[in-house]
Amino acid sequence: MTALAGGAAGGTASAGAGAPGTAGAAGQAPDARTAAFDAAVAAEERIEPRDWMPDAYRATLVRQMAQHAHSEIIGMQPEANWITRAPSLRRKAILMAKVQDEAGHGLYLYSAAETLGTGRDELLDKLHAGRQKYSSIFNYPTLTWADVGAIGWLVDGAAITNQVPLCRCSYGPYARAMVRICKEESFHQRQGFELLMALSKGTPEQHAMAQDAVDRWWWPSLMMFGPPDDESAHSAQSMAWKIKRFSNDELRRRFVDICVPQAEALGLTLPDPDLRWNPDKGENGGHEHGPIDWAEFQAVLKGNGPCNEQRIAQRRAAHEEGAWVRDAAAAYAAKHAAGEHGKAEAA
Amino acid sequence: MSERTDWPLWEVFVRARRGLSHTHAGSLHAPDAEFALRNARDLYTRRGEGVSIWVVPSAAVTASSPDEKDPFFAPAADKPYRHPTFYEIPDGVKHL
Ligand SMILES: [Fe+2]
Ligand SMILES: [Fe+2]
Repeated sequence: MTALAGGAAGGTASAGAGAPGTAGAAGQAPDARTAAFDAAVAAEERIEPRDWMPDAYRATLVRQMAQHAHSEIIGMQPEANWITRAPSLRRKAILMAKVQDEAGHGLYLYSAAETLGTGRDELLDKLHAGRQKYSSIFNYPTLTWADVGAIGWLVDGAAITNQVPLCRCSYGPYARAMVRICKEESFHQRQGFELLMALSKGTPEQHAMAQDAVDRWWWPSLMMFGPPDDESAHSAQSMAWKIKRFSNDELRRRFVDICVPQAEALGLTLPDPDLRWNPDKGENGGHEHGPIDWAEFQAVLKGNGPCNEQRIAQRRAAHEEGAWVRDAAAAYAAKHAAGEHGKAEAA
Repeated sequence: MSERTDWPLWEVFVRARRGLSHTHAGSLHAPDAEFALRNARDLYTRRGEGVSIWVVPSAAVTASSPDEKDPFFAPAADKPYRHPTFYEIPDGVKHL
């Protein structure tokens, strides 16, 4: 038996931080370990934290899970911008619940990333220093209340399309976090759709506001699936490792096909004059869309979006201003550990 | 600036309803057990997923080796007679 130094339980948490070749695999030759890993992936088994894995697989997962976690918590900002100005108590309660869920998603994903031996402080430091990215969609501003609806419908909708296949990711803790997240996401998308529906059916001004929001969020939402397949740097390897199940373009196609009839139901249009049904596309037909402005995507990714600086500055400020809370909690814990014991009774 | 060390890691177990055992839900950081419980409530039971929560310091968990072919589990492999399907029963014999 091994005592787990840094964490445990084959769940989200783990241990054997950066310890390739723990216990059972330690005695095997390197190619035998690679073969065992490849066979497990091929057999649709899940890789768990303390299993031996190639360094590149570990690095890819840490990068992807960290970026995903950062996106969840940075993504709280554009929507939180409207909490104090929600038009009704009902909408305010819904928006607070949604933003709180996104915080939760961030925490599930940080836990999953930590199973590979990278501490949470280190991940946050890298975010704050701009050394790890988050989804560039969150570098666009939320100019009106209708943006809250457009984000729920389109941004959470695109996230769901991306995340459902991740529930079958080869890395166990990531897949388990995604199952939990996907269960929570459908409320996010539906509340956004309902919000837009209310505006679309409202006064002409409200309808115009909903249309304007969709016009601004449509293209950035399509960019969320990442660059086209022939330019996607990491895709092929991630597909081989079964971290990724479908290509960027395939997921984007699915999303467009889902959105077109939903936009019709909303009584809103999508801002693409080239959007049309092609009965010969794929097996059952599909939509063709106009060209995506990848130069804009690259510019936002490089830090030149409308809100990049603001998002990171706000995140850093929140972290620094919360320092006294963390210090106080640690001091309280230390004081009580020195005094009485046995607080955590099992119920 | 505060001391840059992560709070300890805790494993969270949730009982979904009475009659079920606690099941591992995930993990979180907290300075002490009391905070770990509160954080676990906020993180893992926002939609009524549980009626009871356990939190356990991750460092207190002792685990077997990750290798599934570990000899540790070998004694179970060669005892098929522990399974009901090992035994041959004539057709037509009921309630057995
Ligand atoms: Fe989320
Ligand atoms: Fe969401």
